[in-house]
Amino acid sequence: MARAYARASSKSIDMETLTIHKDEITWQLACPTSHIPENGGACVLLGGRQIAIFNFTRRGEWYATENECPHRQQMALSRGMIGSQGDEPKVACPFHKKTFSLQSGECLNDDGYKIATFPIKVVDDMVYIGV
Amino acid sequence: MNTNKNRRVVVIGNGMVGYKFCEKLVAKEKNDQRFTLTVFGEEPRVAYDRVHLSAYFDGKTANDLTLAPQSWYADNGITLYLTDPVIDIDRERKEVRSHHGVVVPYDYLILATGSGAFVPPVAGVEKDGVFVYRTIEDLDLIQSYARKARKGAVLGGGLLGLEAAKALLDLGLDEAHVVEFAPRLMPRQIDDAGSGVLQRQLESLGLKIHLSKSTQEITGDDAITGMLFADGSRIDVDMLVISAGIRPRDELAKASGIETHPRGGILVDNFLQTSDPSIFAIGECAVAHHMIYGLVAPGYEMAEVVASRLIGEEKEFKPYDMSTKLKLIGTDVGSFGDPFASDCKTIVYENKAKGVYKRINISADGKELLGGILVGDAEQYNMLLQTCKNKTILPPDPEDLILGSRGGEEAGAGVMSLPDDALICSCEAVTKAMLCHEIGENGHTTVDALKKATKACTGCGGCTPMVKDIIQGVLKQKGVYVRNILCEHFDFTRQELLDLVKINSLKTFDAVVDKVGKGDGCEVCKPAVASILASLWNENILEKGRATIQDSNDRFLANIQKGGTYSVVPRIPGGEITPDKLIVIGQVAKKYGLYTKITGGQRIDLFGAHVGDLPVIWEELIAAGFESGHAYGKSLRTVKSCVGSTWCRFGVQDSVSFAIEVEERYKGIRSPHKLKSGVSGCIRECAEAQSKDFGIIATEKGWNLYIGGNGGSKPQHAQLLASDVDKETCIRYIDRFLMFYIKTADPLTRTATWLNKMDGGMNYLRAVVVDDVLQLADELEREMQLLVDTFKCEWKEAVENPALRARFAHFVNAPEQKDPTIQFDALRDQKRAKEWV
Repeated sequence: MARAYARASSKSIDMETLTIHKDEITWQLACPTSHIPENGGACVLLGGRQIAIFNFTRRGEWYATENECPHRQQMALSRGMIGSQGDEPKVACPFHKKTFSLQSGECLNDDGYKIATFPIKVVDDMVYIGV
Repeated sequence: MNTNKNRRVVVIGNGMVGYKFCEKLVAKEKNDQRFTLTVFGEEPRVAYDRVHLSAYFDGKTANDLTLAPQSWYADNGITLYLTDPVIDIDRERKEVRSHHGVVVPYDYLILATGSGAFVPPVAGVEKDGVFVYRTIEDLDLIQSYARKARKGAVLGGGLLGLEAAKALLDLGLDEAHVVEFAPRLMPRQIDDAGSGVLQRQLESLGLKIHLSKSTQEITGDDAITGMLFADGSRIDVDMLVISAGIRPRDELAKASGIETHPRGGILVDNFLQTSDPSIFAIGECAVAHHMIYGLVAPGYEMAEVVASRLIGEEKEFKPYDMSTKLKLIGTDVGSFGDPFASDCKTIVYENKAKGVYKRINISADGKELLGGILVGDAEQYNMLLQTCKNKTILPPDPEDLILGSRGGEEAGAGVMSLPDDALICSCEAVTKAMLCHEIGENGHTTVDALKKATKACTGCGGCTPMVKDIIQGVLKQKGVYVRNILCEHFDFTRQELLDLVKINSLKTFDAVVDKVGKGDGCEVCKPAVASILASLWNENILEKGRATIQDSNDRFLANIQKGGTYSVVPRIPGGEITPDKLIVIGQVAKKYGLYTKITGGQRIDLFGAHVGDLPVIWEELIAAGFESGHAYGKSLRTVKSCVGSTWCRFGVQDSVSFAIEVEERYKGIRSPHKLKSGVSGCIRECAEAQSKDFGIIATEKGWNLYIGGNGGSKPQHAQLLASDVDKETCIRYIDRFLMFYIKTADPLTRTATWLNKMDGGMNYLRAVVVDDVLQLADELEREMQLLVDTFKCEWKEAVENPALRARFAHFVNAPEQKDPTIQFDALRDQKRAKEWV
């Protein structure tokens, strides 16, 4: 079900979805929205875990994934370029340009790799991650 | 053939053809018709690509050459025994016994034992340093012996022999000789005149060719020291690779009482059946139609025939075309149909200056192409081969076939005129109709997609250019105009996009994609647009939302390295540096724990910097007078120089001063790819300027300007653009050349590739840059001057701008904390990145 949460709108939060799954998710404050560059990503440390947060301004969407690229176990996805393939939002690892869907975490150009995605929401210019 | 009961198949030999047989049989199996396949291989590894064996010395690994991993056999239910040759066939009991004692019964036995190297009976072949060129193990032995050898020879000037000679050059031997018994190279494929052209090309690359040489003795005590020939001459060599032909591996067949040819090879009929109807022979061990087919394509066809027959299809092996095309040490050689046909009309084209020879043989009535030879330029090979095979009626001026049509016919039209059943990929038997169907009906419009759909281009790869032409041809027929567009977000080439961005004065990625693109961009178009914006406006690359469209390195103004740390390269123009500045680099490296190394571009690289340390490192470097070296950017890296007339007793001009001037002028300018330059103070060329994108060499009268050089994986020498020009003229030409390149090249295309692809090549470029035929010179110079005048050190700006500076942190919610996963190992009193897994 995490997939439904990998995406949240910065303009209006889907309250219905939030209520239904309220008891399953613990939201943690990550950082102010201004800390994440527009149309790009940055990394936060949450409970010892490195989470990549992406501010997809062009689409008005926020995404969160693990920061590690599974290809060479490098903590770098937050520094990757984001973009789209068809309608699918994606991030490209800066090391070898493996690209991952920001929605499903599936690798789009090399079968067999996958990254974890996390629920994310923005309230009052603060970014929260559901871990 | 009763295929319902007889299902146990044993294959002896796990080479290319043996593997292909398994692949074909597995693909043809039906549910009610399963086979039990057992394969025995003599070598320790699974079947690999022997055709591209010499790629092993270019850095390909044994794994890269593997045709299918070991797991493929298991996944398809095939029992595979490696390092275990079959030593006995009991034809009565229908079972084979291997060296390790494995006994397997068979209903059908496939001999795919291949061939070994033919070693002529010359005295001394047993000496150390004498090798054959056949397996990866042979290559390993050659490679390790070559480390202590200086001079090597190859016995045999045929196709494989010349490949082996290339391998000797690749291994770094000082001298490589080719010794051939016949009076010409590749005697089976090309004629004397063609051989002459090929010989000159190979000699210009440093090979020494000896023809009509009968080797009498390999001299030396235990190890080879030389070769003595029948005419009394000799050469001194420390190693010898024998590649004098193949010897079919028929010993097992012979011992089992299967009929063999007196001169070697297992005799088979048109169905590839041996004298024992349960036993087939395929590949280089078989003699079919009175000959041994020593190429992979007919071997694959044999595999196809036998696999088809086992599932009950009627199929016959017909005499196979032995046409071949290959690239030998950079020279194309093609031979097709009957290359030596007599009693026919022959058209010959020879260009000694360019090293090109072409010959076509035309039937006496002038209607049919019988065969031909191409050396130095084999671009028309596929067309000619198809014309020959399909007996296409020739045009009234058949010389057009080798001289190219001079009527301006568009590329790709030629291949579209072929009949539908023309065989385009002969390795995998793919016809033009099959390709057209996949492209037109199923939408497979890239070579990669067609590889998956049809397997075309997956064998020898020789058909790839023709497949590309067919893609273009089909798309054009469907009314699709084919251009090299950036990606799904921009339906434009880089040159078109640059013009659009300029006309519309667009300055951010969002503005560009909103105005002329679609979607949200990607890792292909974002850096390309970033480069265009920088080339046009030269504003700071990290401002106005441009940071996140920069490629990995540009985004943090440093080079990302293994483990996620960065390396830092301060600019050291011309490689000249004061002792005080050297001390500062040392102090900074010590303070931040950086590994230091001198680069190939006469600079110093400091490795292992945490992203959060980059601003403070640069603060200290800038305070000492350093600027960004742009090692992370697609921009000018370094202008290498030799010390020139200020110190050197040979120097004729002050190359260091000029190098510094050039580097200061072009530093920071973004271009489609990185730019390298060099200035040498005399003709000795110690700065290696001719391997640079633009290189300058001092003469007594001024400077020679060379452009389009390249190191890297495909080295290319720069070409002379202008000679004996003064400094000012030289700079003007470089301005025009660089700006023309920046405005017209595809993304990530170095100047060498750009120039290679340019219609008219160097002559055209000279006409634009020197003679100004397009009347662009003023504009190009003006645009360059704007970039020069607006230069700012982007690291200085990043350090001084708090908003930009704040982005240099690993954790935005804990900026003082470093990435705890980064680890180093100690190495020679410094450190290195921990190896990744």
